[in-house]
Amino acid sequence: MAEKPAMPASWRVESKPHKFCPGCGHGIALRALGQAIDELGIQDRTVFGCDIGCSLLAWDFFNVDTIQTHHGRTTPVMVGVKRANPDLICIAYMGDGGGYAIGAQHLVNAASRNDKITAILINNTQYAMTGGQMAPTTMPGQKTETTPYGRDPELTGLPAQGPEMIATITPEGAYVARGTVSKLRQLKKMMVRALKCQMEGRGFSFIEVLSTCPTNWRTNARETWSFLEEKMPQYFQIGEIKIPVSEGDADE
Amino acid sequence: MAEKVIAGEKRVFMTGNEVVAWAALAAGAEIMYGYPITPQNEIMHYWTRLAPKYNRKFLQTEDELSAGFTTVGGVMAGKRAFTATAGPGNTLMQEPISMAEAMRLPFVAMIIQRGGPSTGTVIYSQQEVMMTVLGGNGEGLRIVYSTANHQELFDYSIKAFDTAWKYRFPTFVLADGYQGKMREPLTIYDPDDRGIKISDTEPYVGRPGTPGVDRPPGHYRNTYNVEEELYEVLQDHIKDFESIADEVSEYESMASDDAELLVVAHGVVARAAKQATEALRQQGLKVGYFRPITLRPLPSTPLREAVNRAGRMLVVESAYGQLGRLLKEALYGATAEFIPYYKPGVGFTPEEIMARCRELIT
Repeated sequence: MAEKPAMPASWRVESKPHKFCPGCGHGIALRALGQAIDELGIQDRTVFGCDIGCSLLAWDFFNVDTIQTHHGRTTPVMVGVKRANPDLICIAYMGDGGGYAIGAQHLVNAASRNDKITAILINNTQYAMTGGQMAPTTMPGQKTETTPYGRDPELTGLPAQGPEMIATITPEGAYVARGTVSKLRQLKKMMVRALKCQMEGRGFSFIEVLSTCPTNWRTNARETWSFLEEKMPQYFQIGEIKIPVSEGDADE
Repeated sequence: MAEKVIAGEKRVFMTGNEVVAWAALAAGAEIMYGYPITPQNEIMHYWTRLAPKYNRKFLQTEDELSAGFTTVGGVMAGKRAFTATAGPGNTLMQEPISMAEAMRLPFVAMIIQRGGPSTGTVIYSQQEVMMTVLGGNGEGLRIVYSTANHQELFDYSIKAFDTAWKYRFPTFVLADGYQGKMREPLTIYDPDDRGIKISDTEPYVGRPGTPGVDRPPGHYRNTYNVEEELYEVLQDHIKDFESIADEVSEYESMASDDAELLVVAHGVVARAAKQATEALRQQGLKVGYFRPITLRPLPSTPLREAVNRAGRMLVVESAYGQLGRLLKEALYGATAEFIPYYKPGVGFTPEEIMARCRELIT
């Protein structure tokens, strides 16, 4: 069976193969998102916003209206669209630097206001497009271009716990989860739930996605996978953290 | 267009900030995004009181970066959206404005200038001219109206929405806290009653149909692979901007035909300059007055003609040569004597300007 799995219908065939590095997790996260858009039948009213950093490479990824914004500012642009036209389904797609560092005030305030948008944040433990600097998500001891001897928590703190923070500051009705590109079906389910949360007007929805960056991690395939599957979960717990009450069952 | 906000012509006595809120309502503005900063707060205060009565919206954001970027979002959703800011808020807002400029978005902002960075002075200056006209990392492809009185605040706040959507360049009404905070009589009206048409809006995202099936997707970006790609895009924008310059630029002049000294000022300072000119003329001194209403694009041709006729110009502003630099660029090669009268952050009385003119003429 040499047949490849079909692309989600909401993907834009003309812009494939996509622009991400070999082994990058963005393609898998965007597959899960594309499948969720297909399943919910919202391609015609979805607005996809992407940030600066590797996420910007998704500017022509979907057959969906897309706005590529400024670093950290995708959240407010999507908030602005949603407030102006609540019929649209607004997705702010960003990296860990965009969400937890330069755009942290926007993420925190959009969550606090319970804006009815969906934020998806790719956590690959560093700034990838600029060449692998420390991010808020870099793990203790992890070597990056700005922590060449390993991240020292005494000097630069511990990895940001984004979903846990967002879960704390959002009211009931919000949806918060942390998924991983190694579990596509679970990730897709999270995306569906997050988007449904927005569609039903329950509240803010947020998914952090653990992802891979062999280019900057300088890892081969096996090491990349073990970084994602073994190292990252030591600091980042996978699962649904906050689900609307009537949603019922949590993670399978 | 939403229902009429103002029935008939109404003579009112209002603060400038209140005037701006009424103008935005009358122009059919649908949503305001804003962050508190003096001296523009009352624009939000009046807007938040009036907006729900006319089914308009408001969002108070976490900072001016967000106020600007949410305005960008509102505009891209196809709404007549606007924001208002001042001073340090204008500094932060240059980032979203640079996005609006690069994407040719009809972004509308009311800039009510104050002095200096941080809290500086909170009521008055003309120190935000360069930032409003040329700020951000772009080429200053913006339209900036500098108002001098409350009637103009009303007229140009309405006009800003038309201009922005007609030409798709970010458009600003540049005033100051003196204008924002003082009361003045003016006539407010429904633009439609006066036959003033305001350009229709159009969504950038969320148009009817499924992207890729019924229509191409709207893919808006500020990322380019090679320098030439950005260059090409800018060539079109610059060409468009230059082609509308004559149509968009506005000015006011008085007694400039036989003037031997031309007083040039903008905004509220132009009122003192105009009064000074009138008084000096009555005394038989050949003084003229020229005021650019658009600081971007500048009314270069009439400015150059008036300056060349007079041979000498006195440039009066509450900044250290911000208008002055714009004028010098527009007048490059002219031989007229350029005499600065700069008081950064401080206002002018007509008497001061008269005294300076007399020194120069006699």
